[in-house]
Amino acid sequence: MVIVDRIVIVIVLAGTLVTLAGTIGLLRLPDFYTRLHATGKCDTLGTGLILAGLIIFHFVHYSSTPLVPIKLLILIIFVFVANPTATHAIVKAAHRTGVRPWHLGEKRR
Amino acid sequence: MKKRISEMAISFGLLGIFWILLSGYFDGFHLVAGGICSMIVTALSYRLLFSERRSQFFRTSWRLICYVPWELWQIVLANIDVIRRVLHPRMPIAPCLIEIETPLRSEFALVTLGNSITLTPGTITVSVDPEKGRFLVHALAKEPADALLVDQTMQRKVAGVFQEARNDG
Repeated sequence: MVIVDRIVIVIVLAGTLVTLAGTIGLLRLPDFYTRLHATGKCDTLGTGLILAGLIIFHFVHYSSTPLVPIKLLILIIFVFVANPTATHAIVKAAHRTGVRPWHLGEKRR
Repeated sequence: MKKRISEMAISFGLLGIFWILLSGYFDGFHLVAGGICSMIVTALSYRLLFSERRSQFFRTSWRLICYVPWELWQIVLANIDVIRRVLHPRMPIAPCLIEIETPLRSEFALVTLGNSITLTPGTITVSVDPEKGRFLVHALAKEPADALLVDQTMQRKVAGVFQEARNDG
């Protein structure tokens, strides 16, 4: 049990750190498109890792309700499909309305 | 006609399983309510599930499931790469827009490749031209762009999943 708890802590912590890095990227990167690189990827993996940790935790400690891990798994699948789709939709909208991509050496926007 | 009934049966079955998983109640009332809901949704939308390549539905699904672990590993690598670039004091990025051509034509294959590109190393799909299979991709630096332009591993994998050859039309 203690070992499982430690594994869960490591996974959830990793997810949190990935999300944190994504947020730092959102603040540091220079323009619209590059910021979406940070959020589109890091949020997906961060959420996925946190939910994966929760699945293991619930599966071990509350095995009387096996439906909850399955629901969380469905949630992970949904996030992994919806997140890149939403990112693509935002980027496409920006591209169509003529947001210019940042190039090396320009001022940050 | 027979084909249509089997398609509807599969949709109905999947929706019913989904209902039971989400509700968690197994008494008569909830099962009947779920059955009615599944029937309505099936009648409205079973065409969406089987819109193309009907006969290959299960084989394609299986190959797609086999593709997922590789994709997950690529996502982990992508995140490490992006995190490294973001946290690096000088931020080694050089964004550029690239265009790639693919042999893919079917909608589902294009969606899969588009989402895979968005999730993996330093690249985001900007727009897709479904008739020519052409992707406009925004890359965070030169190396991730080269992975798509030169190696083309991902295109080949997705093309393998959907069994679309280069001159498939």
